[in-house]
Amino acid sequence: MGGSPLIQSLPGASKPTNASHSNPEQMEPLERYRPIIDDFDAFLAACERPLGNAVRVNTIKATVERTLAALEREGIGYEQADWNSRVLDLETDSPGSTWTSFHGFTHGQEEVSAVPPVVLDPEPGERVWDCCAAPGGKATQIAALMDDRGTVVANDNNLGRISALRFNAERLGATSLAVTNADARNYSLERFEFDEFDRTLVDAPCSCEGTIRKNPDALDNWSEGHISSVAGIQKGIIRRAIQATREGGTVVYSTCTFAPEENEAIVQHALDTESCRVVDFDLALEHSPGLTAWEDDEFDSSLEKAARIYPHQNDTGGFFVAKLEVTA
Amino acid sequence: MADGNDGQRFDRLPATEADRTVDGRATRAEVIDLFADRFGIPPRIFDDYTFWEKGAGKIWIYGGDAPSPIEIEAIGMTCLRTRQEHWKPTTDFVQRFGTHATDCVIELDREQARRFASGEDQDLERWDGDWGYLIAAHEVAGQREPIGVGLYVHGELRSMVPKGRQRDLES
Repeated sequence: MGGSPLIQSLPGASKPTNASHSNPEQMEPLERYRPIIDDFDAFLAACERPLGNAVRVNTIKATVERTLAALEREGIGYEQADWNSRVLDLETDSPGSTWTSFHGFTHGQEEVSAVPPVVLDPEPGERVWDCCAAPGGKATQIAALMDDRGTVVANDNNLGRISALRFNAERLGATSLAVTNADARNYSLERFEFDEFDRTLVDAPCSCEGTIRKNPDALDNWSEGHISSVAGIQKGIIRRAIQATREGGTVVYSTCTFAPEENEAIVQHALDTESCRVVDFDLALEHSPGLTAWEDDEFDSSLEKAARIYPHQNDTGGFFVAKLEVTA
Repeated sequence: MADGNDGQRFDRLPATEADRTVDGRATRAEVIDLFADRFGIPPRIFDDYTFWEKGAGKIWIYGGDAPSPIEIEAIGMTCLRTRQEHWKPTTDFVQRFGTHATDCVIELDREQARRFASGEDQDLERWDGDWGYLIAAHEVAGQREPIGVGLYVHGELRSMVPKGRQRDLES
């Protein structure tokens, strides 16, 4: 629960509300979270505001200091996130058409999307699996955190999205990435010389409720049935991730959604079926603890160590992150 | 299959000519020599990297672990096009490793850099170095920064920045 509120005044927040952005009716599915979210009205109001233009500094190509100097030279204003000096909010409407982007010094990546690799905390030389990696923002962030030394297996089941992943990896200069196209649920390590990873990131496909500020139509096809079917896939992926990670290794599970069925319930399923435990992590970004109960379900008390990041807490998108240690 | 080039998989480059089993395949030594001889990039920069071929002549540079051959989507990044008369480095390789280059680097001013990034060819009479593939660079925050690969012929610098990487930027 620690952490300071980060950016005090986002450029995005001061813009007049975009008329084409979400209207209250579109927010209806979020009503189910009223009992679990403090200051629900502030939460809803935040969901209706568009987001700013966040980028991550890619330290494979340039230091933070040099990137900031290059932005200043281009006349582009920026604000550094309090919790992470590599995360910037840019005062431009086209963060992909800057010299810093062209050189691969920056990569457009939502602020909360930079959280899971930081929680994963990989070290140079390790073997890391990003099992749902496209379009590659987090996989390249993992490579950067490892000083681009070691092996980052960036997998995705969607061949079309892999082309975006490859484009981003090359622009950002990530030489430690090996890209594979497979279903993470029955992923085979036979293609490599090693048989387990040190760390694995499961940034699971999800109902994306937390991206409503970026994609105003994110809730258009919302249904409990969809949540339930995507939860089945998430359970398969988290189990394979734990099996493919060495004893004492780390698995981080994250989604960009609020639904407990896709978050705490998935981690609970992992606790029930695989050898792992939920562990603490530091996150200097305001957040709420994971839930220990939702509707008729109860979850292990260790789920409180997970983090729920709501849009009104730091003026970001929504996210869920849990850190697991593999115990056998 | 073991004797030919297979477009579906990555094969690690042989260390030297003596180790070569596939006709026309570049060797690690040739690749490193090219970067050293033409651009002055010190060979030690590549000590921790391996080089791979997938498809005819496309060379990739990789820093991680992998057995050879391996059938995956990508291994590190593309760095060089071989199996043609003049081997051509990629824009992304030059951006990543071109900071170590000392030779065949052409420094562009702001307007020239802008045109180069947008994919335009331009007349540049002042270059008195070798013709052929050059590293185009400009100054960013007090240091020289590679932009991409250019082809210099007959007083003209042709931008080799691939279409998908071209951007219209402020000068």
